[in-house]
Amino acid sequence: MAGNSKIRSGRLSKAEIDVNFSDLHPPLTRSEALIEADRCYFCYDAPCTTACPTGIDIPVFIQKIRSDNLRGSARTILSENIMGGMCARVCPTEVLCEEACVRNTHEEKPVEIGLLQRYATDPVFERNEQLFERAPPSGRTVAVVGGGPAGLSCAHRLAVLGHDVVVFNRHSKLGGLNEYGIAAYKAINDFAQTEIGYLLSIGGIEVRNNVTLGVDFNLDDLRKEYDAVFLGLGLAMSNKLGVEGENLEGVINAIDYIAKLRQTEDKSTLPVGHDVVVIGGGMTAIDIAVQSKRLGAEHVHMVYRRGPEQMSASVFEQALAQTSGVTLHHWANPGRILGDDYVTGVEFDINGTDGGMHLDADVVFIAIGQKMDASGLNALTMDSGRFVVDEDHRTSMDKVWAGGDCVAGGDDLTVSAVQHGKLAAISIDRTLRKKNHG
Amino acid sequence: MADLKTQFLGISSPNPFWLASAPPTDKAYNVNRAFEAGWGGVVWKTLGEDPPIVNVSGPRYSSLMSNDRRVIGFNNIELITDRPLQTNLDEIRQVKKDWPDRAVVASVMLPMNEASWAKYLPMIEDTGVDGFELNFGCPHGMSERGMGAAVGQVPEYIQMATEWAKKAASVPVIVKLTPNVASSVPPAIAAMNGGADAVSLINTINSIMRVDYDSLTMYPTTDGMGTHGGYCGEAVKPIALNMVAEIARNKETRALPISGIGGITNWRDAVDFFALGASNVQVCTAAMVYGFRIIEDLTDGLSSFLDDKQLALSELIGKAVPSVTDWQYLNLNYVEKAVINQDLCIQCGRCHVVCEDTSHQAITHTVDGVRRFEVIDAECVGCNLCVSVCPVDSCISMRRLTTGTDPRTGQPISDEKLQWTAHPNNPMRKTD
Repeated sequence: MAGNSKIRSGRLSKAEIDVNFSDLHPPLTRSEALIEADRCYFCYDAPCTTACPTGIDIPVFIQKIRSDNLRGSARTILSENIMGGMCARVCPTEVLCEEACVRNTHEEKPVEIGLLQRYATDPVFERNEQLFERAPPSGRTVAVVGGGPAGLSCAHRLAVLGHDVVVFNRHSKLGGLNEYGIAAYKAINDFAQTEIGYLLSIGGIEVRNNVTLGVDFNLDDLRKEYDAVFLGLGLAMSNKLGVEGENLEGVINAIDYIAKLRQTEDKSTLPVGHDVVVIGGGMTAIDIAVQSKRLGAEHVHMVYRRGPEQMSASVFEQALAQTSGVTLHHWANPGRILGDDYVTGVEFDINGTDGGMHLDADVVFIAIGQKMDASGLNALTMDSGRFVVDEDHRTSMDKVWAGGDCVAGGDDLTVSAVQHGKLAAISIDRTLRKKNHG
Repeated sequence: MADLKTQFLGISSPNPFWLASAPPTDKAYNVNRAFEAGWGGVVWKTLGEDPPIVNVSGPRYSSLMSNDRRVIGFNNIELITDRPLQTNLDEIRQVKKDWPDRAVVASVMLPMNEASWAKYLPMIEDTGVDGFELNFGCPHGMSERGMGAAVGQVPEYIQMATEWAKKAASVPVIVKLTPNVASSVPPAIAAMNGGADAVSLINTINSIMRVDYDSLTMYPTTDGMGTHGGYCGEAVKPIALNMVAEIARNKETRALPISGIGGITNWRDAVDFFALGASNVQVCTAAMVYGFRIIEDLTDGLSSFLDDKQLALSELIGKAVPSVTDWQYLNLNYVEKAVINQDLCIQCGRCHVVCEDTSHQAITHTVDGVRRFEVIDAECVGCNLCVSVCPVDSCISMRRLTTGTDPRTGQPISDEKLQWTAHPNNPMRKTD
């Protein structure tokens, strides 16, 4: 980016940036939590629990908050979702548990389940209080490929069930998108690593960082060496627009920049454009648009090829972008990225019309989704470039399970990845124990 | 606006809301503030012999709270006034002079000898008080010394002390009863036989609020030790209403005027007491929780209610008493079924699970594969549990069956009343 003087660091002071990147939803105080918990009706066969991909017994954990039984509350949450701390921060609750809350019918204001979940679990992480106990050693070892939510959830459940686990992680830190992909204001104070530290403290999980499947090791070796393999690979490759100018300086994969942003302690040192255009309509697009604005970009335009209803970003996320000063455009397709040495603008075609739109840009973020790096994995059955798995998360290949964003038919949510890892671990455990006795 | 002016035993007050004998009426300062706020009268905090008693200088109160810290129940271990008698008398005299239109009644508690009553009552009456209330109700501290509830629990003592008081006083005498008895009727009869002009009830109920979860001692304590207190506030209202109604419907006591006390917080609570037989009401806890300005809603709400009902306050008094009876006289042929209004139902499922777990398995959770809560008439006994737990106002109601058969019992619905006294299953039934 050195070529373009409009892209520079220090657009805002460190103090301003600290404010902009503080907790998006500050935690509840005890009084707030007790009052909010009192709003829960303790529903039978609760719709919120049904709506939770990990099936947390929400009325029970809220009831435990009411009686100051926070340890019990956290156990209820974490026994279904070991990443319940992160999910409390990043889940789109407005389309999951809180959308299902019967209070919506009563008064159009759901119980703040996400914030209550955070209230219940925060003390456990602060005190690093172990709530789980490992079953007697099974003598089995499972390879988990991928250090994101799916892999770590699988690893933890396997460890609890008495198996040993080796996690192969291609990054230098564990966490996957929790560490590298979530907007910084959603998980402040290095929470992803705090949670992972807690998760690993169960014991029996060996972590190998900076190793990549297909480069440093391969699937066949894992299948020979380990009793079972779980693939939680995520989606490592960004989709390309396929338009002219995509390789100009200043055209950046949103995922890469978000990762860099998350790993930068003093965010005022990050290079920020004056005019930023974000192409995409998902959570990543929202995250990069909002964060650009909060880093001090003057104009941030987010452009999506379809309408607001088709955006995979929730209504809440769209509103967050708008209230953060991001201008949203719909039904516009990028036609050409302009510039000589570096990007100067983007031309869009307006869908369904002959018209077009020009936006000045010195940075263009591409956030049109990711795909799995499937090289060397062709022996597994795929659908649309992702693994096909059964309800127990078995792939088509013996001894191999998979979960998270790399499996077909998912919703690309952290909470779903956690559930996949959990279900796979339960299935692996059942399979290994059958072999023990069979 | 309906007129709330009240004559209770000939004592007039601009409204029927008096502050009960308690901390809010301990001093002229508080009472002046109460009258400024609009209270109709006060029962001055209980006067006793000199030298005055001594209170603890630690916690006297504690409360039962909801999670958002609304006070549901309240406990106290405060004794009667701890100020010199003369101080109280001087202040009462001045207050009565300054507020001639308000009721000022003196609560008294004296030892069980006639001489004390003969000595103190004339001194107190000389201040101009409109009446006396004999405190036979306080359950803590004073009862250990043979006063308060220790008197109120023995009808003979009530009658004896009431007789002494009536002999010494020329103004009306109200006897305040303790709820720490099996029935409020024998004490009321004793008070009547002693010549009481009225009874007031209830005083507070023996109570320990909880333990301290750190020290595992009772809570609160005075230097590590605690004692039971007297329980009051909203939580005790149903107990008080029953005791009031028992006196109001008993043929021996039904003519005895009643001053109703116990958990009155808003005007509706007052309506409960009036309709069940009280001629005026006394309030303490609600004022101690919210301050004196609650009088605004009490008077205004009651007035509006009377306007809506086109009733005078005097017509409200005792209105519901004829509807109170013994269980044996309930009509066993009467059949109700619950009905859930599906337009109002928010699908929380609480009605289903409580019926399923603890009652009669009479509410569905799924109909044709869809989450839906419907009453199964063939199982519903009409118990009202679902109505009692539903979080949505008016979502579940009870419907009377008037024709056909009860799908639960297969028995035809009958217009005839059938009381237990005549029921075939009753071995003691009265046969003609």
